[in-house]
Amino acid sequence: MSNPQQLRYSKEHEWLSNAEDGVSTVGITEHAANALGDVVYVQLPEVGDTVTAGETCGELESTKSVSDLYSPVTGEVVAANQDVVDDPALVNSAPFEGGWLFKVRVTDEPGDLLSADEYTDFAS
Amino acid sequence: MSNAPRLTALDALHRSLGATMTDFAGWDMPLRYGSERDEHNAVRTRAGLFDLSHMGEITVTGPEAMKALNYALVGNIATIGPGRARYTMICQEDGGIVDDLIVYRLGDTEYMVVANAGNAQIVLDAITERAAGFDAEVRDDRDAYALIAVQGPASPGILKSVTDADLDGLKYYAGLPGTVAGVPALIARTGYTGEDGFELFVAPEHAEQLWRALTEAGQDAGLVPCGLSCRDTLRLEAGMPLYGHELTTALTPFDAGLGRVVKFEKDGDFVGRTALEAAAEKAAANPPRKLVGLIAEGRRVPRAGFSVVADGEVIGEVTSGAPSPTLGKPIAIAYVDAAHAAPGTAGVGIDIRGTHEAYEVVALPFYKREK
Repeated sequence: MSNPQQLRYSKEHEWLSNAEDGVSTVGITEHAANALGDVVYVQLPEVGDTVTAGETCGELESTKSVSDLYSPVTGEVVAANQDVVDDPALVNSAPFEGGWLFKVRVTDEPGDLLSADEYTDFAS
Repeated sequence: MSNAPRLTALDALHRSLGATMTDFAGWDMPLRYGSERDEHNAVRTRAGLFDLSHMGEITVTGPEAMKALNYALVGNIATIGPGRARYTMICQEDGGIVDDLIVYRLGDTEYMVVANAGNAQIVLDAITERAAGFDAEVRDDRDAYALIAVQGPASPGILKSVTDADLDGLKYYAGLPGTVAGVPALIARTGYTGEDGFELFVAPEHAEQLWRALTEAGQDAGLVPCGLSCRDTLRLEAGMPLYGHELTTALTPFDAGLGRVVKFEKDGDFVGRTALEAAAEKAAANPPRKLVGLIAEGRRVPRAGFSVVADGEVIGEVTSGAPSPTLGKPIAIAYVDAAHAAPGTAGVGIDIRGTHEAYEVVALPFYKREK
């Protein structure tokens, strides 16, 4: 699997797009999706919620387990992906695209987000 | 004994297929090869191929093999005909369940007991000790067999294409020796999926040849390799208990709603008889918690150990839970107080990380195949 170069990554296996007009998109990586197995339920933060870098903001359930969703940055949620709520399998089939989770207006981000190459090393 | 996980004869093959492996009862086993939901659905609609070589085979032979097993186990071994199999249990003196087992009668005086991987040593030790006073030999055959299962509605057709054995004459819970794909095998019509299917006991050195032949034979029918993850959701939908979840040493077969496996009418004493007679009376007069099915109204998934609640009170505990691919909803098996155990009982929920999610009480199983 390859991790898109234009994204940055957290050690909790979330990805973050570069901000457009201050808004970044967040999802989980293919590595994380593969480790979870089939995702069957996604609970996302709601539009208007404030999320904090490194803190839980939702959950992902797979056949075998439930995992917390961590926000890689701090900010206000401006969109949540209803498509993955309706069809959680999108997280497995298109983790970097249609399986995105939420969009956040970033007010602060930690300094330890990883590049694609750094994350690939970290996750291997 | 080392702590390194044991590997089955098919280990290299699983890795070449890209399996996600997991440590299960001391064995490194395939958890899934791709999507566990796709594997589950393949078994329900077509066929799946499983490596179950972690299961523990114990052979009991000799003039008093039947009597020894009748004393060691709770079932009536005397009524198992040659070539037939029986689901049974081995209990402690206090009636607690040591393991659930399948006993195959391989010959007039030869039986094979198949125990769960995690209990195989305990079961072997217990049967050995209990058989000591009988003219019978107990043999550890765990390393003598690999076990490959082909399960699903397409499995009879697939197996027929690689064996001359009389599969049509082979009933559910029966077994016969035969040749499959050129290798000698004990062919048993058993399984743990709720579907028609077969379990093939073969020498480990023949496992890879058999696996490859079945893979090829099943290609057109849509057979896929399947891991333990889907095996668990398949057995859960079929309402089949799993040791360590629905069955433990703290429970008797009567507690688990499986008192029918205990045969008091059989000849002679057996380990646990006195305690089990008391447990049977208690279950009839003052039923303890009952094992029920629960189906989610929402989408959050219950897990083993979660509390079952009603009116803010804890009324039971989930023993197994998972998203059900067939029902499209989360399901659970749980022990609940008898007062809340009737199907349709209103107001029952499961505490999922602090939130009481509504669940419907149903009778088990969740899924039954059409015959």
